[in-house]
Amino acid sequence: MSTASYDKKTQAAHHFDSLEQQHEASKQGVWLFMATEIMMFGGLFVGYFIYRFMYHDMYIAGGDSLNWKLGALNTLVLLLSSFTMAQAVTETMKGENKKALKLIYITVACAFAFMVVKYFEYTAKIHHGMFPGFDLWKPDMAYIAEHLRSGFSIDNVDPANLRLFFVLYFVMTGLHGLHIIIGIGLMFWIIKRLKNDEFSPKYYTAVEGVGLYWHIVDIIWIFLFPLMYLI
Amino acid sequence: MAGHHIVPLKTNIITLLSLVVLTAVTVLTAKFIHLGDWGNLLLAMFIACCKATIVFGWFMHLKYEGLMNRTIALCGGAFLFLFILFAYLDIFFR
Repeated sequence: MSTASYDKKTQAAHHFDSLEQQHEASKQGVWLFMATEIMMFGGLFVGYFIYRFMYHDMYIAGGDSLNWKLGALNTLVLLLSSFTMAQAVTETMKGENKKALKLIYITVACAFAFMVVKYFEYTAKIHHGMFPGFDLWKPDMAYIAEHLRSGFSIDNVDPANLRLFFVLYFVMTGLHGLHIIIGIGLMFWIIKRLKNDEFSPKYYTAVEGVGLYWHIVDIIWIFLFPLMYLI
Repeated sequence: MAGHHIVPLKTNIITLLSLVVLTAVTVLTAKFIHLGDWGNLLLAMFIACCKATIVFGWFMHLKYEGLMNRTIALCGGAFLFLFILFAYLDIFFR
């Protein structure tokens, strides 16, 4: 990419008619990628819904043992990061690259904060024997009983089925966490390019594309939070 | 194309605040309003869909996009809805 012999801020690549066409084509590609993201996570959500119908009690026991306050905190952190990302796109479109850079720094800080909270949640779950793999599955039924909502008996909970909830929990939040980590990498790429002053009101496609990706990661969490932690 | 609409700071702040309020509504309804498992599931999913629509529309600029990108996003959602619908039809009527 660094071999480009044209000014990206004012000229389109040779296979495009204009900057406008180049921008629209690139953005459409990102939107197609977003559709594949919806469908990839969609498959996991369908699995979640089917098993919820079959083993409803396990979902109550599993969900109640998660720390919903940390989940809510992470929701707010991600919403804030989505706001700073959206505003960074706005500032780049206005040509305010320095303001955009600061906003991206806040976005990265939020992403790291999210992963730190996730680390504490995961280690707590592993500590209580709720990781379904590597011989770590020794669920602490007393801990689960303690966190169960009132009017629901621990006697209804079969540990063998409970494992299924935690498989879904770790796979879905894990895949989401992987997206956050990839997002952090993309942010650093944007930071580098903003520092080089590579963007202008006519050329800001990369910032907008990373923004779209970051918002879809937020949307996935918007669904994961109530499904895993609350209901 | 409407690709260069600059969303003002004020709009982004309103979007953020409405999402925070809806998050609070999600937590409060799930914790204090008991509609049974299906009722609470449907209510939580309804609120989550509202939040997702706000993110798609304003943060992701779909409100200002052309028909093509709207169609792509809608297709993703529509096919996922079909997937869930048919999975449940199968479960309920087998």
